[in-house]
Amino acid sequence: MKLLVPIKRVVDYNVRVRVKADGSGVDTSNVKMSMNPFDEIAVEEAIRLKEKGTASEIVAVSIGEAKAQETLRTAMAMGADRSIHVATSAATDTELQPLEVAKLLKAVVERENPDLVLMGKQAIDDDSNQTAQMLAALLGWPQGTFASKIEPSEGGLNVTREVDAGLETVALKLPAIVSVDLRLNEPRYASLPNIMKAKKKPIDQLTPEELGVDTAPRLTYVKVEEPPKREAGIRVDDVPTLVEKLKSEAGVM
Amino acid sequence: MAQILVVAEHDNQTLAKATLHAVTAAQALGDVTLLVAGSGAGSVAEAAAAVGGVAKVVHVDDALYENAVAEDLAALVVAMADGYEGFVAGSSSFGKNVMPRIAALLDIAQISDIVEVLDAKRFKRFIYAGNALATVETRDPKVVLTVRTTAFPAAPAEGGSASVETIQALAPTDLAKFVGRDVSESERPDLTSARVVVSGGRGMGSGENFAILEALADQLGAAVGASRAAVDAGFVPNEYQVGQTGKIVAPELYIAVGISGAIQHLAGMKDSKVIVAINKDEEAPIFQVADYGLVGDLFQLVPELTEAVKRP
Ligand SMILES: Cc1cc2nc3c(=O)[nH]c(=O)nc-3n(C[C@H](O)[C@H](O)[C@H](O)COP(=O)(O)OP(=O)(O)OC[C@H]3O[C@@H](n4cnc5c(N)ncnc54)[C@H](O)[C@@H]3O)c2cc1C
Repeated sequence: MKLLVPIKRVVDYNVRVRVKADGSGVDTSNVKMSMNPFDEIAVEEAIRLKEKGTASEIVAVSIGEAKAQETLRTAMAMGADRSIHVATSAATDTELQPLEVAKLLKAVVERENPDLVLMGKQAIDDDSNQTAQMLAALLGWPQGTFASKIEPSEGGLNVTREVDAGLETVALKLPAIVSVDLRLNEPRYASLPNIMKAKKKPIDQLTPEELGVDTAPRLTYVKVEEPPKREAGIRVDDVPTLVEKLKSEAGVM
Repeated sequence: MAQILVVAEHDNQTLAKATLHAVTAAQALGDVTLLVAGSGAGSVAEAAAAVGGVAKVVHVDDALYENAVAEDLAALVVAMADGYEGFVAGSSSFGKNVMPRIAALLDIAQISDIVEVLDAKRFKRFIYAGNALATVETRDPKVVLTVRTTAFPAAPAEGGSASVETIQALAPTDLAKFVGRDVSESERPDLTSARVVVSGGRGMGSGENFAILEALADQLGAAVGASRAAVDAGFVPNEYQVGQTGKIVAPELYIAVGISGAIQHLAGMKDSKVIVAINKDEEAPIFQVADYGLVGDLFQLVPELTEAVKRP
């Protein structure tokens, strides 16, 4: 089974992002960037499927500026075999949007013919939670979203999904798209020898033009502002004071 | 008037609360039709017709739609898409799963988890775990939206008298099959619509220790939630998770116990009306958003609080 794992370079989840004063977006200059945490989980799962002998090859793909290649190197240091970089100068948090990303990925899928695309359920910058479902739609493939367990079965996959009421399992035919959730696995750290080895693994370069995809955004981010700030309240000394305040001051009891 | 299709979420017996919130958002855009696709879901179609502000219900009854399998449900919506300018669902796991599939099939850029409708083309939504609020304008001729349920009041469940039209199911896509579900039954109110939520974090130490939170929740008629760390540690099941990637809640009272207040957790609860934090670390970031902070050991303070709020 051949696996394709799309990954996104995003502002690290530990960074407290700042909204630009002119309201044009979030300041992403000079902040730590990392692989989207959900995508790390997708890479890890791909490696585990390869270690189990279920998968034969793992191809990582990232769409973005030149530095996306650093993120691809991380994926290859973890264990991906090779990479594809689709180069664009568009800001990947606002200007390059899920529908266009899905179209680019569809074009990559058509070149690579994977049996399974494993990807994060959501990117922690735009928080859209759309790309996997859209890619599945465009390809006419089944989708297993928010996966916490993936089990190969006769002719397909059983995917356990984290849903609002608990867990749900669907059986998918292959080829398929699976979007992964937090509890699928705990991603490994790349070892130093593997980081060195990853430097020699190939990265193919492509452009949206070569893939024949129009990436002009349909959505305009008219304004990005600081959300209303919640003021810190008070400290109470003990439980009776808390209960008293909740009753008389806050009126919620 | 624009025609807006709201895709109803249900379990073939009850219409989900999330759908009532989605109806309110959809009403700001035009006349609302509710699609009820299910199996033996006649009572849901009836309930849908009674929702205040719903102009029409389209009902499809077929085993194919029993479990809202995204591949078949999306195909159905796309087949009936011509008459509608907007497609809306709640931003629940149901809406998140099915709406982007519909959007891509219609070649429309979806706008996820909106918190405000400015006009037919402009919406507000949070990005970066709630750290920034974006105003987004679409150039597409139609809109596909998911709606943050805490940002819109629920449409009244009674008072409407919409007509119900029955349509035929499509042929199965045969791409995916529902296998089963594992749902924990609970007598407690639903996390996303409870008036009071009591949440526990890593500080709870174990699943057994959640019993002291449950005792408090019982006194307050509250739902129980959790941080990601508590879910990852296996203290409680995944459906308890509140946050950027879990559930978004905005109760009247949110009590965070043994939760540090990471930005990803705050993203799911900081619109609560009143926040109480109980934490032994007085530097914990949760205190920066708490209206009332109580510094100390939760194993002492929570039982004390439960005692203090006991109904006579
Ligand atoms: C991609 C991504 C998505 C995420 N999504 C979410 C999400 O949706 N929801 C979420 O919650 N997190 C999410 N997180 C995780 C988040 O970053 C934090 O790691 C998590 O919220 C921490 O949980 P916690 O506060 O329970 O644990 P900790 O940060 O470990 O805090 C435990 C707290 O308990 C206190 N404590 C310990 N013992 C006691 C005691 N006896 N009495 C009183 N206080 C005590 C400690 O002082 C501490 O403040 C996400 C992270 C990533 C990377």
